[in-house]
Amino acid sequence: MTTEPNASTEQAGDEIRAALAGRWVAAAAPEVEAQAGALLAAAEGARRVIIDLSHIERLDTLGAWVLDRTRHELGAKGLKADFVGARAEHRILLDEVAYRGFAEAPVVRHSRLVDFLVDIGKAVVGTGRDIAQGTSFLGEVVAGLVRVALRPSRFRLPALVHQLEQVAFRGVPIITLISFLVGCIVAQQGIFQLQRFGAQPFVVDLVGILVLRELAVLLTSIMVAGRSGSAFTAEIGSMKMREEIDALRVMGLDPVEVLIIPRVLALIVGLPILTFLSSMAALFGGGLVAWIYGGISPEIFLARLQGAIAMSTFLVGLIKAPFMALVIGLIASLEGLAVQGSAESLGRQVTSSVVKSIFMVILVDGLFAMFFAAINY
Amino acid sequence: MPAEAMPESDREVAIRIRDLEVGFGEKTIMKGLDLDVYRGEILGFVGASGTGKSVLTRAILGLVPKRRGTIEVFGENLDELTPSSRKAIERRWGVLFQHGALFSSLTVKQNVQVPMREYLDLSERLLDELAMLKIEMVGLQPDAAEKRPADLSGGMIKRAALARALALDPEIVFLDEPTSGLDPIGAGEFDDLIATLQKTLGLTVFMVTHDLDSLYSVCDRVAALGDGKIIAAGPIETLLASQHPWLRAYFHGKRARAVAGGV
Repeated sequence: MTTEPNASTEQAGDEIRAALAGRWVAAAAPEVEAQAGALLAAAEGARRVIIDLSHIERLDTLGAWVLDRTRHELGAKGLKADFVGARAEHRILLDEVAYRGFAEAPVVRHSRLVDFLVDIGKAVVGTGRDIAQGTSFLGEVVAGLVRVALRPSRFRLPALVHQLEQVAFRGVPIITLISFLVGCIVAQQGIFQLQRFGAQPFVVDLVGILVLRELAVLLTSIMVAGRSGSAFTAEIGSMKMREEIDALRVMGLDPVEVLIIPRVLALIVGLPILTFLSSMAALFGGGLVAWIYGGISPEIFLARLQGAIAMSTFLVGLIKAPFMALVIGLIASLEGLAVQGSAESLGRQVTSSVVKSIFMVILVDGLFAMFFAAINY
Repeated sequence: MPAEAMPESDREVAIRIRDLEVGFGEKTIMKGLDLDVYRGEILGFVGASGTGKSVLTRAILGLVPKRRGTIEVFGENLDELTPSSRKAIERRWGVLFQHGALFSSLTVKQNVQVPMREYLDLSERLLDELAMLKIEMVGLQPDAAEKRPADLSGGMIKRAALARALALDPEIVFLDEPTSGLDPIGAGEFDDLIATLQKTLGLTVFMVTHDLDSLYSVCDRVAALGDGKIIAAGPIETLLASQHPWLRAYFHGKRARAVAGGV
């Protein structure tokens, strides 16, 4: 049933008669090419080649293509090549595939150094464009917020509530859990290291200040960038891919107002709440470890904590949270809107959204640290 | 099956569906559906929107689970296949999805080459040439080969998807509304292309379509789906003569009369 493709040649003067048999199909592609190559070699020195197709069992587009290509190559060598005995359906197939050269895609050669410099240049220009776009987008969002504030009837409360549930409520368990664990670890390390100086009770100051000023807001922001930032980018990006954003636009709805403001507002409201819960969980974890591992009873822990921290310590963390939220929301939305048609592009923008948000969160935290130090808060 | 006097019983059957039941949750889409697709024919498949034409196609392809019944392709029951023989069957069919379903991160040429690379042992040269051949066969310009699906128009996506469906020279092609979204000239060319391929490659074509022109010009037989069953199947004359109310509305409506008058 399955016979290999086969071309037997027979010479008569300067004429070659090639009788082809077997299945000239894609499944036997290497043999098909080998047989065609052999035929090409056998025809060397002849002037006329007659290719007899009458015994071919099965021919598909690959077989027909290779045959017609061979005929063409024989012709290019100055030989006269003809098909004979082709069945009607094979004839149509040969006509349909008819060999023609395809223009080779031009191969562009680069030197490695040039490529490297081009990459650097592109990255610099890209960063500049990111900053410009981010600023312009911030303007758009603020303008949208003002519009909504002036005409509260246009405010989409259900969307905000839905986003708040996604961003804040559903994030509570994981964020409090990791904050609790980090609080435990900081307390344990603090006790362990401070023991050597006999300064064990200072672990309360350490945990209290560190958690309230920096750790809670950083942990929460990074988690939210990973959880909600990526989700925003993916949602907005796939809507962009399927022209849903364009559909909103032609209906006279502003995508910023419909999609982005509820998300950004949900982040701005949700992140401080999460930060508060995160600090409480971390303090609880720290207190627990201080009690079990360091022998500092909860009463002493609380009394020392009151002495160690002021209202400002607590507020510093909380003040930063809405700014982090704004940064994450803007980057996530902007990256989502930058998605092009392909699935690959969606993946790239989601990655870039998370990486950029986390980087910016840490950068903004650093700026705040300098600012608060300067104003002595 | 429709009681026909045609000696169709001795024709070779490519797809045989018996007593098929498909549903989602509470909803039953089709029940007791029987259908034969003969080897080498172009079967046009019609039905009102939402009657489950695409669902039937997907059920045959194994993308939608069925509740009851048997589907045989090339005489083999799809339920009783080992994974390797199932793969062998899948190699012998090509599918043009309604919206193309091209891989968005690959160029058109790479899309066409995906099944070739997977199943065939081809030299790079042949791989390129064959992909370009298929791309030209479906009527795309060579410069479309390096484009990505996002840069193509709707009609070009259809053609590129057909090129991918034909990549392995399949014996059966499933076309889900191949001419929807094409201009009439493009749709006509598409029909001619399918007819040519059917003649040259001995293709069996299962075509879900709403295009009356396609039904008249290229389909050997037409099957109509309604109420979860095949309400009629046979050459288009049989369906034209049918008294079923939906078929009468479909084939004798204002639009249909315009097409029939022109043929």
